[in-house]
Amino acid sequence: MKPPPFDYHRPARLGEALRSLAEAGAHGKVLAGGQSLIPLLNMRLAAPGHLVDINGLTGLDTIAADTSGVRVGALARHAAVERSGSARAAQPLLAQALRLVAHPVIRNRGTVVGSLVHADPSAEMPAVLALLGGSVRLASIGGERDVAAADFFVGPLESACLPGELAVSAFFPALPERSGTAFCEVARRHGDYAVAGVAASVTLDEDFRISAARVACVSVGPVPVVVDVTGVCGRRPPASVDWDGVARAVQDRIEPEGDIHATAAYRRHLTGVLVTRALRGAAREAADGGEGRA
Amino acid sequence: MTTKLFGEPVQRREDARLITGQGRFLDDLGANALAAAFVRSPHAHARIRDVDVSAALDVEGLVAIYTWEDLPGLIAEPLPLLIPHPALTHGRTGHVLARDVVRHVGEPVVMVVAADRYVAEDACALIEVDYELLKPVVGVEEAAEAVNLVHADVPGNIGAHLVQEVPSAAGTSAREAIEAAPHTLAFRLDIERSASMPLEGRGVYARWDADDESLRVYTSTQTSTSVRMAVAAKLGLPLPKVEVIAPDVGGGFGVKIVHPWPEEILVPWAARLLGREVKWAEDRREHFISSAHERAQVHHVRVGFDEDGHVLGLDVNILHDHGAYTPYGIIVPIITSTQLVGPYKIGAYRVEFTSIYTNTVQVTPYRGAGRPQAVFCMERTMDRIAAHLGLDRTEVRAANFIQPGEFPYDQGMTFQDGRPLIYDSGDYPESLRMLKELIGWDSFPAMKAEAAAEGRTIGIGVGCYVEGTGVGPYEGGHVQITSDGRVHVSTGLTSQGQGHETVFAQIAATELGVPIEKVSVVTGDTRRFGYAVGTFASRAAVMSGNAIALACRKVRDKALKVAADALEADPRDLEITDGVVHVAGTPSASIPLATVAVLSNPLRYAFDQEAQRATQFAGPSSDDRPPVEDGEEPGMEGRDYYSPVRSTFASGMHAAIVETDPLTAEIKILRYVVVHDCGKLINPMIVEGQIHGGVGQGVGGALYEKMVYDEHGQLLNASFMDFLMPYATEVPRIETAHLETPSPLNPLGVKGAGEAGVIPVSAVIAAAIEDAEGITIDRMPISPSDLYSLRADTRLRKTQ
Repeated sequence: MKPPPFDYHRPARLGEALRSLAEAGAHGKVLAGGQSLIPLLNMRLAAPGHLVDINGLTGLDTIAADTSGVRVGALARHAAVERSGSARAAQPLLAQALRLVAHPVIRNRGTVVGSLVHADPSAEMPAVLALLGGSVRLASIGGERDVAAADFFVGPLESACLPGELAVSAFFPALPERSGTAFCEVARRHGDYAVAGVAASVTLDEDFRISAARVACVSVGPVPVVVDVTGVCGRRPPASVDWDGVARAVQDRIEPEGDIHATAAYRRHLTGVLVTRALRGAAREAADGGEGRA
Repeated sequence: MTTKLFGEPVQRREDARLITGQGRFLDDLGANALAAAFVRSPHAHARIRDVDVSAALDVEGLVAIYTWEDLPGLIAEPLPLLIPHPALTHGRTGHVLARDVVRHVGEPVVMVVAADRYVAEDACALIEVDYELLKPVVGVEEAAEAVNLVHADVPGNIGAHLVQEVPSAAGTSAREAIEAAPHTLAFRLDIERSASMPLEGRGVYARWDADDESLRVYTSTQTSTSVRMAVAAKLGLPLPKVEVIAPDVGGGFGVKIVHPWPEEILVPWAARLLGREVKWAEDRREHFISSAHERAQVHHVRVGFDEDGHVLGLDVNILHDHGAYTPYGIIVPIITSTQLVGPYKIGAYRVEFTSIYTNTVQVTPYRGAGRPQAVFCMERTMDRIAAHLGLDRTEVRAANFIQPGEFPYDQGMTFQDGRPLIYDSGDYPESLRMLKELIGWDSFPAMKAEAAAEGRTIGIGVGCYVEGTGVGPYEGGHVQITSDGRVHVSTGLTSQGQGHETVFAQIAATELGVPIEKVSVVTGDTRRFGYAVGTFASRAAVMSGNAIALACRKVRDKALKVAADALEADPRDLEITDGVVHVAGTPSASIPLATVAVLSNPLRYAFDQEAQRATQFAGPSSDDRPPVEDGEEPGMEGRDYYSPVRSTFASGMHAAIVETDPLTAEIKILRYVVVHDCGKLINPMIVEGQIHGGVGQGVGGALYEKMVYDEHGQLLNASFMDFLMPYATEVPRIETAHLETPSPLNPLGVKGAGEAGVIPVSAVIAAAIEDAEGITIDRMPISPSDLYSLRADTRLRKTQ
């Protein structure tokens, strides 16, 4: 369990990092928190010729929150985002999801943006970005581009980040007034990747009827599966929504597969249970005034 | 004896070192050693056609590459079959490097030695092995069909077959008794594979001293003395020229009692050949695919019983999955067969096992060693009987218990040590009474109804076991008091974190009457003690504990004799308190043990104050007697051995309350209660720690751990990502109570405690889930997904 040989780059400036990545092309890999990459290297499942360690760069560990949302820099650790009061105030779902990400030691080192680029369909952060319709900012020597979440997650462990590009930040939009969020999941052990999990957001109108409701499901498809259930909920107060019907609507859209931890049928069932739980939690939070539960 | 430490919850002396990173584990040693790495078979069953190393030869830092063809003499021969048995008619072992056929994924094929492990693995990646694929044999029932063979010369894939019959007192066979019984049941029970999985994997570090022509080997083992004999024999070295040391060992749980591992031969051999230090530290993937697993068995049970639940006849047929090789014999299925009867008087018993080869990692004992399967069988049987008769589950058990007045109780079989299976002592009715009180067995129905009213599903389960511990043949202890008053204790068996440094010091301090701070303990170092068996079968406290006590008593007798001469007193009037020998009732007439130690040696250079002080006690020497009399030895030391006639039998009972989520099928353990009897407790805190660790592993076996092989013999979950060991968050708070029925077999009255915690957990959790769900649980482990499927199957059956 030792990695194959690679050239190690530790740039001090962003431009230098982008040049190294450009030169390495398809043989380059970015090292940020390393919580997924290092095991892949040690098991020789990945063999990049060049490792560009961005931990020496300054100005990438930012967490900038305002009423429009939260922009998280490439070196902002899970733990820092989880603890950030301003991030929590602007988008409570971040902290709700982050407490489910692995264990504290991993959160101290792992980065939110790294988790997005890794694009594990079982991970929480891609689901959060997908649910909120956020975006990832990719930089290269040619310039910068923003990619919407819907286009960013391409497949299992596959994102739109191209060779030569560095994901410098991600943007998690805030939700309108009278919105609430929740993240519910079932994992085999505390901190494991979820067998199934659901991120939900609900927005209520002035009469406290559901005006928008969305879920993003993890571990039941090649990418986070986002389902807009506003229509199925009907413009009704949460108490009179047919939640079982909503759950069935989501179950129809997912493509779970069986593995050694759970059958596809169990994942489908569990997703239905969690859809209801998450949406009801989100609706409750929306009614309580947004951050009530945070 | 005023220094009473035996039985006290003395803090573990090793912990400060171990938890502050001061432990010295295998990979902490030999920083400048060359590193070994292995090319291991990626196929479950294949013939090696060719090994092409040419691409690896250019790797900078490469030192050597070895295949089977490079191996000389005995090293090229198959590994030893450690524990032969007449029933093991087709025992097979592997080679240190595969000779022609590989029989499981992970079997070592090529050894690479290089400047460091990185380079060694780079070279491994460039070596090409040409394999001719053979049909893999996976799954014990598929293997029993013998469509394909694991070993071409083992028909039916059957390594061993053994039937044990214990007829009733009236001479009725089990099958006759079942036929004649008022009630009979027949069912199948399954347990899946798990593994010891110590935090520290295996590892070997060897250095050859060319001038001295001697070899020192450090290995992460449960038996340094036997590794020493194996290395000396395989390398053709004189035994005194080989030293083997077990440094701090990060857990063993059974896998490290197997010896010699291929690497334990190859690394010392390469070190000698190259004249360089060589080290190999196993990585996690290697541990998954190249060490050993356990547990997988299929059991077909038939039982006959009367209206009160008395078992009149029990017939169990076991299919044991032995993996590719049988280096450790058939200990696991023998233990399952013999320990299955537990604390019960079974009318007539028949047990048959067939040990089957498969193209998977070999099976050797893992903590519990066949007992978790045995207890799962017996306790699930008790629950089935209770359900069939509509009786309370504890009543059925109580109806079958051996009573306190019936010891020694002969179960009529031969145990793992080849000795009769005779229980020495126990009090099972009292144990059950304590357990029921602690868990609130009788009030549980009300609790369950209350929970149901809240829409919650809870259930309770119970499980009993008897565990043969402290198997022979022997262990020894050596005790020396030096002239500084320090007490040096050594024993040959090894430590893997159990707390031997503490409990052996407690025993020595108590026996000698010295402060525990004066006592140091060394284990598993052949430089200090050459004869030992090893640490397994819950035997260290029983075997080495008693040996050390006996050695201390020898030393104490000698100390009192020397002190009596000096004090001109009768040895029978002397006591030792806080390291000072004194006349009972006359504290002023005293002499420190340190001084006694000086006096015990006629050569008395005054290196220290004690030696100077001793001169005042030195009696006049006689001109016509030798300074060291016949039958005497210089120095204050003693050695003794403990060798029992047979094993001592500990016992225990566990109960658990679980909650199952009606929607998600998640399973949560609400309470876990243990009543435990290991005879006299040396250190109750350490025993509780052993129980906690054991239950933790038991929870793993019950709810999380399995080795998932696909049809090609690939292990699909060979990492901690997918092989789920419970974290602290998954292990419940464990409530314990102790019962002490001393063993009459040994001086200290102790029984083993190391494996106990793990043994009944699967049975108990299965019973509790069954009680909660009303669904029969007949295979473990069980996951939420499994429970969901069981619920769906049950609903389907009900609607049909």
